[in-house]
Amino acid sequence: MKMPTPDASVLARRAEIVNALRAVVPGEGVIVERDEMRVYETDALTAYRQLPMVVVLPTTTEQVSQVLKYCNEMGIKVVPRGAGTSLSGGALPLADGIILGLGKFNKILDIDYANRTVTAQPGVTNLGITNAVAHEGFYYAPDPSSQIACTIGGNIAENSGGVHCLKYGLTTNNVLGIEMVLMNGDIVRLGGKHLESEGYDLLGIMTGSEGLLGVVTEVTVRILRKPETLRAVLIGFPSSETGGNCVAAIIAAGIIPGGMEMMDKPAIHAAEEFVHAGYPLDVEALLIVELDGPEAEVNHLIGEVEKIAREYGAVSVRVSESEDERMVFWAGRKAAFPAVGRISPDYLCMDGTIPRKQLPLVLNRMTEMSEKHGLRVANVFHAGDGNLHPLILYDANKPGELQAAEDFGADILKLCVEVGGVLTGEHGVGVEKRDLMIHQFTEIDLNQQQRLKCAFDPEGLLNPGKVFPQLHRCAELGRMHIHRGQIPFPDLPRF
Amino acid sequence: MKTHLKPADADQALEAVRWAISEETPLELVGSGSKRALGRPFQATHTLDLAALTGVTLYEPEELVLSARAGTPLPELEALLAENRQQFAFEPTDFGPLLGGEAGRQTIGGVVSCNLAGPRRVKAGAVRDHFLGFQAISGRGEAFKAGGRVVKNVTGYDLPKLVAGAYGTLTVLTEVTLKVLPAPEDTRTVLVRALDDANAIRVMALALQSPYEVAGAAHVPASLAGGLGIEELGARESGGAATAIRLEGFGPSIEYRAGKLRDLLGGFGTVEFLEREPSLAFWAALRDVKPFVSQPERFVWRLSVPPADGARVVADLKGRLPGSDAYFDWGGGLIWLAVDPGAEAAGQHAVRGAIGLGGGSGGGHATLVRAPDTVRASVDVFHPQPAPLAALSARVKETLDPKRIFNPGRMYAGV
Repeated sequence: MKMPTPDASVLARRAEIVNALRAVVPGEGVIVERDEMRVYETDALTAYRQLPMVVVLPTTTEQVSQVLKYCNEMGIKVVPRGAGTSLSGGALPLADGIILGLGKFNKILDIDYANRTVTAQPGVTNLGITNAVAHEGFYYAPDPSSQIACTIGGNIAENSGGVHCLKYGLTTNNVLGIEMVLMNGDIVRLGGKHLESEGYDLLGIMTGSEGLLGVVTEVTVRILRKPETLRAVLIGFPSSETGGNCVAAIIAAGIIPGGMEMMDKPAIHAAEEFVHAGYPLDVEALLIVELDGPEAEVNHLIGEVEKIAREYGAVSVRVSESEDERMVFWAGRKAAFPAVGRISPDYLCMDGTIPRKQLPLVLNRMTEMSEKHGLRVANVFHAGDGNLHPLILYDANKPGELQAAEDFGADILKLCVEVGGVLTGEHGVGVEKRDLMIHQFTEIDLNQQQRLKCAFDPEGLLNPGKVFPQLHRCAELGRMHIHRGQIPFPDLPRF
Repeated sequence: MKTHLKPADADQALEAVRWAISEETPLELVGSGSKRALGRPFQATHTLDLAALTGVTLYEPEELVLSARAGTPLPELEALLAENRQQFAFEPTDFGPLLGGEAGRQTIGGVVSCNLAGPRRVKAGAVRDHFLGFQAISGRGEAFKAGGRVVKNVTGYDLPKLVAGAYGTLTVLTEVTLKVLPAPEDTRTVLVRALDDANAIRVMALALQSPYEVAGAAHVPASLAGGLGIEELGARESGGAATAIRLEGFGPSIEYRAGKLRDLLGGFGTVEFLEREPSLAFWAALRDVKPFVSQPERFVWRLSVPPADGARVVADLKGRLPGSDAYFDWGGGLIWLAVDPGAEAAGQHAVRGAIGLGGGSGGGHATLVRAPDTVRASVDVFHPQPAPLAALSARVKETLDPKRIFNPGRMYAGV
C-alpha cells in the first residue's frame, strides 16, 4: 500500500513543531517518544503500521482549532483518531503527520429526554451513550460490533452500522447535530436538537467522510425508547439460495425485522464450536430473524416469519421462548469473528454490499474464487440489507498468503460492484479499499468527490492518502474544460 | 431573450448545461414548476425544463429500491408503489395548493431537491434518509454519479445527502434512486382534545418517548382545526384543539398500541380515535399545510426547533406578531406559522428572534415558504448562517457549480 511520500522538510522541523504543539496542548498532551507512540501506529487493520511524527491529545475544542490552524499554516498533515477500531485503516498514521487523538473528549454533556437527544463529546463510546440512558428505558440504535470500544466521533467518521440498521438506520440517520473544526481552525456547528440542519446538508456529508473533511468535537444523537419485546427465530436452510429467497419473501410480506443475519456453513461450524449456541450443523445456511416492538405485534410477526420460512424450505425453525434463549441465538453470530479466528491463524474481513437477490450468485462465485486463490472463506452477513462480511482465512507466516488473501478480497469487492453493489457497506474505504475505488467510480465521479474535499481542506492536509486512489491538488481539480462557442447546440428543442 | 430549454434526455440536458456554461448564463431548473415560488427570487435568463426526463428505470419491490428519471411525476411513482403495497416512507409534502397551484403535480426530482418530508419524518426520516444515489450534471458540464442502489453504502462521500435540500443550486439531477418501504397494513390516530399548546407538547413528547412506535405527532389549535377539513374533528361535541398521535402497522398491533396510548394520555383530556379514512385525510391535510391554503394573502413560515421548545417559541411569536396562527408537527419540532400580510418584512425579525438567531438551547431555523416575490427578494428566505458556515457553503457551491449557473441565489445571495 503506497502512502504519500513523507515531506522531508516537515520531518526536519519536528522539534519546532513539537514545541509549537506543546504551547497549545500543555503537559502530557503531546507525545513524542517512539515507545509511547507505538499504541497509535495502527488501527484495527493491523496489517498496516506506521509511527506518526507526533501524537497530540487535546482536551478542548479551542485546542483542536489552534492545532489545526497551526498545521494548516505550516503545511503539516493531520490524522484524526478516535478509539482506533477502524477496520479499513482510516486512522493509519503518516510518517510526517500528527495523530490528533480525541480520546480525552470523553464526557456526556447533556441528556434531554423531552427532546429524545444525547449530546456527547466525540470520544464517548457508542455503548457509553446507551448506558447513560438505559436506566430510563432508552437506547442509541446504531450498534456496530465494536460498540463497546468504538467512539461516537469515529462512528460519524465511518457512518457506522450494525444489526439494527435495517430498521433503525445508520449513524447518518441518527445524528442530529455536530460541532466540528475545519482545517483552517474555523469552528462550525451543524444542526442541533432539531431535525434537519439549515442550508446545505453538510452534516450528511461529514457523516462517513472518514476524517477527511473536519474534526468533530461534539455530537448530538437521537435516542429511542427500547422496544417492549424482542424475540428471535433461528432458521436453517439446505442452501444459501433458499435462505436468500426466504429473506426476500419476509420483506415482500411487508415485514422489516429489527435484525436479519445469515451465516454460511463454515461460519456456523466455527461459531458452534466456540460458543455452543445449539446451532444446527446439518444446514448450509442459518438465518436469525429478530422482531422487536409491542408484544402483540412481535408475536403476530413471529408467526408470519415461521410460516414464510417453512414455505421457503426451511429444515429447522426455532423461536426464542425467553430472553436467555434469544441471547444464545445471537451469541454465535456475535462471536463469529473471534470464532473464525480460532480455526485460522489470520483472517481478512471484507465488507461489500450487494442487491440481496444476487446473494446466491455471489456465494457461488466466491466458492470458485476460493479454489482459484487456494484459501478458505467463511461468510457472515447482514442479510436484510445485503451487506456481506466474507472472512478470508490465511496464515501470515506462509509466504504469499497475505497477498493471496488481499487479491481474493479485491476480487470479491469487484464482484460486488459488478452485480450492482458497492465496495464497502460499513467499514469504510480507508487505505484498504482505496485503490479499488476506480472499479466503482469513474475519474469524473472521483474528481467531483475530491473537489468537495477542497471546500473543506484546500491544502489536502486532513487524513491524506485515504479513500482516494490518487491525490490531486485542488488547483488542478479546479480547471474547467468548457470554452465559449465550442459546443454545437443544434438538437435541443427551444420554446 | 428568455429561452426555455426542454431536453428530451440526459444527453441533451448535458448539452444544454455545457452551452449555458460556455455562455456563462444562469439557468432556472424546473420540473413541473410546483415549487417555483419557493426560495429567493433570482434572475435567470434561461429555463432548463426537465419535465421530459421521465420514466422508471429500475423498480425491484423485493429489494426495496426504485430509480426514476428526475422529471417523473410523483403521483405516477406513488401509484406504481401502491400496486406493490409500498411507499416512500418520508411522505412527500405537496406544496402545489399552498403556493397557488394544483395538487399532485410535483416531480420526483423536485421532491428530492427540496427535501420536504411530511409528518412521518419524526419516525422514518426525511427524503435525504431514503435517497441512495443519483445521476447528475455538474456545473462543470460533466455527467457524474454518486451513491448507489443499496442501503448500506459508505463508499466515498455521501453526495446524495448534500444534493437533497440544495434546491437545485448544485447539480442538475437526471436520475434518482430511492429506498422504498412496505406501506403499513393499517393506520389509526389517537386524538386528545382541547389541550393548550404547552400540554399538547407534553402529550406528544410522552407518546414519542413510549415504545409504541408513533408515526406522527401533531397539534392543531382550535382556531385552525376546522381548516383541516376533517368532518370528524368538527362534528364531535368536544371540539376545539386536536393533538394527534398516529399509529401505523399490522392490525393487532395498532389495536394494542392505541389502547396503551389511551391509558398513557387519558389524564390530559378526552381521548378519541380517527379510524383509517379520516386519519389518512387528517395527516395529508396537515402535511400539505391545508389550514393556510385558503388564506393566500398571509405569509407562511416553516420553523424547525427542538420539539420541547415548540410551545415557548409559538407563545413568543404570538406576542411579537399579533394575529399570527401556528400549528405543530414532528412532536412540536416543526411549526407552521401564518403571519398577517401587514407584518413588516414578513415578520422575519420576530420569527428569527423567537428561535434565537444562531443560538438557543438546541438551535433551530426558519424558512419563509410563502410570500410575494417582492417580499422574498428583500428578506432572508432561508435562515442566515454564521460567517464560517456561510463561507463553507459558498465553497461547496463552488466545487459543483463554479460559474453559478444553477438557480443562482435561490437559497442565499451569491450561492
